[in-house]
Amino acid sequence: MMSLPLVVLLPFLGAPLAAWSVRFGRLGAPWASGGITLVTLLVLLGVAEAPFAGRTMVERLPWLGSAGLDLAFRLDGLGLLFALLILGIGLLVIFYARYYLEAEDCLGRFYTYLMLFMGAMLGIVLSENLVQLVVFWELTSLTSFLLISYWQGSEEARRAARMSLVVTGAGGLALLAGVVMLGEMVGSYALSDVLAAGDQVRAHPWYLPMLTLVLLGAFTKSAQFPFHFWLPAAMAAPTPVSAYLHSATMVKAGVFLLARLFPVLSDTPAWSGLVGGFGLATFLLGAYFALFKHDIKGLLAYSTISHLGLIMLLLGIGTPLAAVAAVFHIINHATFKASLFMAAGIIDHEAGSRDMRKLNGLWKYMPHTALLAMVAAASMAGVPLFNGFLSKEMLFAEAVGVQTQMAFGWLLPVVVTVAGVFAVAYSLRFIYETFFNGEPVGLEHTPHEPPRWMKVPVEILVLLCLVVGILPALTVEPILAVGVSGLLHGPAPEYSLAIWHGFSPALLMSVLALAGGVGVYAFRAPLFALAERMGGRFEAVRFFWRGHDGLLRWADRANPWQDGVSLTTMVLALVGAGGIVGLAGHLGGGSPLAGGATPTPLDPVSLLLGLGGIAAAGAAVVLHRRRLASVILLGAVGLVIALVFIRFSAPDLGLTQLSVEVVTLILLLLALYFLPQHGPAEDGAARCLRDGVVAGLAGLGVGLVSWAILTRPHETIADYFLEQAKPGGGGANVVNVILVDFRGFDTLGEIAVLALAGLGIFAMLQHLYLPGPAKDHAGRGWDPDRHPPIMASLTRLLLPLALLVSFFIFLRGHQLPGGGFIAGLVTAVALIMQYLANGVSWTQARLPAHLHGIMGTGLLVATGTGLVAMALGYPFLTSTFDYFHWPLVGEVELASALAFDLGVYLVVVGTTLLVLIHLGMVHRASHGVSGNPVGGQ
Amino acid sequence: MEALIAIFVGWLTACGVYLMLRSRTFPVVLGLTLISYAANLFLFATGRLTTGQPPVIAKEAAGYADPLPQALVLTAIVIGFAMTAFVIVLALKARGDLGNDHVDGEEP
Repeated sequence: MMSLPLVVLLPFLGAPLAAWSVRFGRLGAPWASGGITLVTLLVLLGVAEAPFAGRTMVERLPWLGSAGLDLAFRLDGLGLLFALLILGIGLLVIFYARYYLEAEDCLGRFYTYLMLFMGAMLGIVLSENLVQLVVFWELTSLTSFLLISYWQGSEEARRAARMSLVVTGAGGLALLAGVVMLGEMVGSYALSDVLAAGDQVRAHPWYLPMLTLVLLGAFTKSAQFPFHFWLPAAMAAPTPVSAYLHSATMVKAGVFLLARLFPVLSDTPAWSGLVGGFGLATFLLGAYFALFKHDIKGLLAYSTISHLGLIMLLLGIGTPLAAVAAVFHIINHATFKASLFMAAGIIDHEAGSRDMRKLNGLWKYMPHTALLAMVAAASMAGVPLFNGFLSKEMLFAEAVGVQTQMAFGWLLPVVVTVAGVFAVAYSLRFIYETFFNGEPVGLEHTPHEPPRWMKVPVEILVLLCLVVGILPALTVEPILAVGVSGLLHGPAPEYSLAIWHGFSPALLMSVLALAGGVGVYAFRAPLFALAERMGGRFEAVRFFWRGHDGLLRWADRANPWQDGVSLTTMVLALVGAGGIVGLAGHLGGGSPLAGGATPTPLDPVSLLLGLGGIAAAGAAVVLHRRRLASVILLGAVGLVIALVFIRFSAPDLGLTQLSVEVVTLILLLLALYFLPQHGPAEDGAARCLRDGVVAGLAGLGVGLVSWAILTRPHETIADYFLEQAKPGGGGANVVNVILVDFRGFDTLGEIAVLALAGLGIFAMLQHLYLPGPAKDHAGRGWDPDRHPPIMASLTRLLLPLALLVSFFIFLRGHQLPGGGFIAGLVTAVALIMQYLANGVSWTQARLPAHLHGIMGTGLLVATGTGLVAMALGYPFLTSTFDYFHWPLVGEVELASALAFDLGVYLVVVGTTLLVLIHLGMVHRASHGVSGNPVGGQ
Repeated sequence: MEALIAIFVGWLTACGVYLMLRSRTFPVVLGLTLISYAANLFLFATGRLTTGQPPVIAKEAAGYADPLPQALVLTAIVIGFAMTAFVIVLALKARGDLGNDHVDGEEP
């Protein structure tokens, strides 16, 4: 069994499980999600030794190998590190959310989305194929849309979700383009090949455009300036979502992508300039804006943007030691920021506000939570003995180290220190103004500590911050080394994880940042006044909404062009376009219209039949305003078609057409009851003439094309089917063997469409009340005897016989004309007869069939036969057959295709009955229950 | 015989298009059904016209009609029914919601 596909698949299986498990109580969903996550984690740990042993594990499920598209998964150090973060923090978030969500929130929906997101995220970090990576990438955008808009009632949440989807989704499209370019440059979409082709990629003329597209994807996802604005808005999501998506996982996907492609893309001036430049700008601006946010989640959001910028900057610097720092900070940020978000959620939950102007002095009310938050915030600020300090000091060291290599290099350490100053200032503000600074202002109720267990996930994360901060070499070192070697695609460099490195420039910068941060916070008044005056004048979010609204206005203007016109005009355009295409094809081809095949002689019966059909169709058009007559004439045309099929060696088609004709007629008659019986005479002569000319030309064109085909010699690809039907498919009726065996997958698709159409009709008929006519068109009332006894009795007698016939048609289908489609229609007609003759309520009381269930069972049976073949190691829907001796009957052949045909049969019966019966029930709903038939209720 | 079938297909198309151009829903549905008849027959005709040779394997058979178009048309007939049903119910829904049976949803 392959482990890596299983790791990705399990959360996707857990999603429906979570939705289903709420049936067993509110807490079913968290239990199911937690259990699945734990199992996934165990499966992953089972194969985790491979990266530690320096091996890259690749598991491939071949699909379209020629197009470079395989389902392929890889596990190396980087993937393992991220997968552990996703699952580990995921587990804590699942635990935390169970306490965070209120009684009225639907837990099933929340956990379903969360599991879908987890699966998509694991798919990104474990993908070996680049196109597959992009597919999972877009899945995270979609699932995060669902999670952000979890509280659907809130306009703010809906807008935030839409914005994040637009920004990250658009970035995903750019990434797709970039990845396709990258794959074409290397000649393979397999990551192993791409990672080995770094020099070739960097020397390629497409390098810069490709890099730009990939960076657009990474920057939008990781909320880099100027695409950062969606992240603060996404704080409208429930806090567990923020703790998971917006600190530890989704926003890290962009960072992960650049780390993943680091060996291929880095080490060029364009890379350092773009990644380093945007990272530095984001680091600084995020830290600056975080200081002025009054909402604690807003502050944390901007802080996240800033820290993502920091990691980007490290990747941009691009030295091996910077890569170590980047991976280290990814781990550290995930731990302290997830715990801070959870703490913010606790505060929001127990104090009822997230506004720091109201929240003051919470230390008195929730000292335990305050302590946890303070540790995490100290780590965020980069205070020694906490893990954030270590990676930040590594950044300072790298900033000093590379400054000599570029112009204005001295600016780098300065800007980085300034950003560090603001990081300390906003961390201080978060702690001081939430937990100290006097008494709470205007809170609705007195804050208190949360339930004991709600703090456990925070405690675990905070403990990690401390342990890693104090004993880095003993704790984080192994996984860090593995992650770094995965990133660098080679051995990790020498580095030291000590807290004390002696007196160095980096230490000086740390001290400056701490002191400066305290200073900035102490003298913050002028800065706040300035921020107040600017008033968000340059906020990117405004540009976004302006562009968004402009696009919608433009769409409003463009829409009438395509669907504001009359249906008649559209039909004219369609027919005209068809004519132009056909004519152009003919004129451009230059071949003669008629071919040279020997014509078939005309016999008088066929001539009579054809003329009859032509007359019936013509009469249906002439009499179309007398609707009942035109329906009957249409039935006549259908009958002629059935006879044409039988005349030209297609008995299956004849049977199908005949039975479809019956149900179509019943359908049209039922529908006609609710429509005017007569059409108005409203079309003028000019319009009729125009339509006649258009119709005539269309008919002429189609007739000529038919003529051109029919007069050409026949070349067919069907010989294979004729030869193989008996030895390969075990059936003599080649049409049926094609349907259930050779092209069984097509048929599966077709019955799925059939079932969907049935469901669509069912949905439209729900709550549809239509006024039916009280009198017929001649002014007569309806017969009070709705269910004439003779007819009712006869149909009941006929039912077993009709079912027997359909059973017979079904069984013989593989060898002789018949099969699931026809048998299904015959059964449906037999049952419809009961409904017509005896009334819906009478029949339903005796035939309590659940039609949706029949349709669903049919689809399951048909799919199941395919899956059985797969389970036995054959391709999907492979069939088999054998001969058995049956006493008294003799040799009997049984084919697995019969089971597939049973699925077809069930879907046809279910859909046909669903449509007709619910149409009949509209009648009942509009007119009350009809009178009792004979035999009574 | 080929000419007869070609004329039949062309005629069904012409009738179908004319009805599709009417301004009430019911004739449009009828027109659609006629066009699907024409399409099925056309598809069937691409296998050419064969007399007395159904595609059922038998020892005494002299030859077989092309089974492939037949298999295509068989499912097309059933899907065509589903489409007719969908459109006619859409017409009913439009009548229920809009109060008239004009194809554009409002009386001219």
